Amino acid sequence: MNLNKTLGAMLLGGALSLSGAALSQDMIRIGVSYPTPTHAWAAGMNWHAEKAAERIEALYPDIDIILVNSPDPSAQASALEDMVSVNQIDALVILPFESEPLTDPVLNVKASGAFITVVDRGLSQPGIEDIYVAGNNPELGRVSAEYMKGRLNSGDNIVILRGIPTVIDTERFDAFMAEIEGSGINVLDDKHANWNRDDGFEVMQDFLSRFPDIDAVWAQDDDIAIGVVAALKQAGRDGDGMFVVGGAGMKETIKSIMDGETLIPIDVLYPPAMLATAMDVTVAKFKSNGPVAGRYILGATLITQENAASFYFPDSPF
Amino acid sequence: MDDSLVKNTAQNRMMKFDIKTMGPAIALLLLCIIGYLLNPAFASEGNITNLLTRSAFIGIIAVGATFVITAGGIDLSVGSMAAVISGVMIIIMNNAMSTFGGGVTTVLIGCGSSIILGLGAGWINGFLTTKGKIEAFIVTLGTMGIYRSLVTYFADGGTLSLDFAIRGTYRPVYYDSFFGLPIPVWVFAIVSVLGWMLLNRTAFGRYCMAIGSNEAVAKYSAVNVDRIKTLTYVIQGLCVSLATIIYVPRLGSASASTGVMWELEAIAAVIIGGTVLKGGYGRIGGTILGALILTTIGNILNFTDLISNYLNGTMQGLIIIIAVWLQRADFRSSNKTT
Repeated sequence: MNLNKTLGAMLLGGALSLSGAALSQDMIRIGVSYPTPTHAWAAGMNWHAEKAAERIEALYPDIDIILVNSPDPSAQASALEDMVSVNQIDALVILPFESEPLTDPVLNVKASGAFITVVDRGLSQPGIEDIYVAGNNPELGRVSAEYMKGRLNSGDNIVILRGIPTVIDTERFDAFMAEIEGSGINVLDDKHANWNRDDGFEVMQDFLSRFPDIDAVWAQDDDIAIGVVAALKQAGRDGDGMFVVGGAGMKETIKSIMDGETLIPIDVLYPPAMLATAMDVTVAKFKSNGPVAGRYILGATLITQENAASFYFPDSPF
Repeated sequence: MDDSLVKNTAQNRMMKFDIKTMGPAIALLLLCIIGYLLNPAFASEGNITNLLTRSAFIGIIAVGATFVITAGGIDLSVGSMAAVISGVMIIIMNNAMSTFGGGVTTVLIGCGSSIILGLGAGWINGFLTTKGKIEAFIVTLGTMGIYRSLVTYFADGGTLSLDFAIRGTYRPVYYDSFFGLPIPVWVFAIVSVLGWMLLNRTAFGRYCMAIGSNEAVAKYSAVNVDRIKTLTYVIQGLCVSLATIIYVPRLGSASASTGVMWELEAIAAVIIGGTVLKGGYGRIGGTILGALILTTIGNILNFTDLISNYLNGTMQGLIIIIAVWLQRADFRSSNKTT
């Protein structure tokens, strides 16, 4: 095969890898690596990534997108090696399974000359990635608290259902508490409901038995919120202006917001499309005349009845 | 070892009956007193009903697990099995709706398919264990992984949701009451009574204990060991399917996170109840108390903010160990000499 032949002819000048790509030289290959979806939000992310790959490849015939999902960190590390040796990627978009075990493999990809975009979970060494795209966990907590303050008065009572005890959960919770402080709203208690419907249902049942007066619930997550709503309806305490704030942007929740549901009047976005966004920004690196390197922190948008339609993807699994 | 244990229990039945068999009951009573002292709302009618209803899933599965464990086996696949059966039930009901509508027929089709799946899945575990001559731990570890990934696959990584039209028909199965008790509690009670009779009043129950005590001796005593062992897994599968029949109407959905850790909770309930993990001796009554104890711990932790959320697992672990220690440890030194 011809090595190092036609680079000079390329519009992109020196930006491309000089590694001696052997396949067809004028193709831009972008590898996208992420964990195999095991829960609904990740399945939504997978769906958005697949859609983005179709759209980008249709738009730019010279771009080839290689989507690979891996069931565990070591499989992801192997997938990265294959992307370099077999696919000879020019850019990598990666949502690391875990930061620590994938830092070295990503460094190796970078050493091959590829452009690196890291999504959502940072690597354990700074400065490896050219682009960082992530959701905003503290902002999700803050926006939720801000909405609560707008709806409730001083002296009103809320309960909080948290996720799985992780940094993500702590960031959301701490930001929520910081924003709610001084408003006079009482946080009666917070318990972990592990981002799942069954735990949401049971924890909320117990909160309802324990506290006779609850004015609103921060469920932090749309799955938990579904369990919470079932418990509220079972206890007949879904009236009197009671409302539940979830988070993430599940399609069923968005749909019911569009339809004017009052029990879950809003949602706070933790965009499942963030991998698609990262792919777009990475493509822009090759196709745009503007610089794209840097950190892209996506908004935790407040989804209301007015803007819900633009966050509604009926075909996505999430 | 097993024989001496059984003999010992028989010998001391008069003396030690109270402590050994009342252990789980005493533990549950203590937990309830602690719960009430922490927050009197613990004893409210609503909370007690919630507790009993919530115990039904693990409780029903644990009744099945009592048979498997008594006969010297183990089933790690029940949580994943519950998830995949729930998922397939939902898919079948959603598809049946176009022909049969959202009425009772569709729900019955769903429940029927759940029972067939449960019996089938149980039989597979039993067949591979007995005819395949693979250790139960390995067989059910394998099926655990298979069922869990199947439900993820069916749900496309997301959540399978029951159609709203069917949900209206099916919902009362979880939420309605009959003579003051929720329907899941009735199912739990009936399964418990039938399980107790099967284990304590039939030849099948005695065979289970015989096989668990000493499989070789049971075989020489003309017990069809393979058939009995396979049947214990089939009973386990049936119990799992009954649990899913009352689980699905609760939230009308199934996902990869459905039934996570149920297998360990069911095994813990069985052991807390006094059944011996290596087989030979089983107690259905204890199993029921064990399931109630596990649910009560979670409930009490939700009723107090004295203990950090991060220590929930510690509290659960401690109480499980203490509850078993209460019945196993020799409190009276005189026992050692007799």
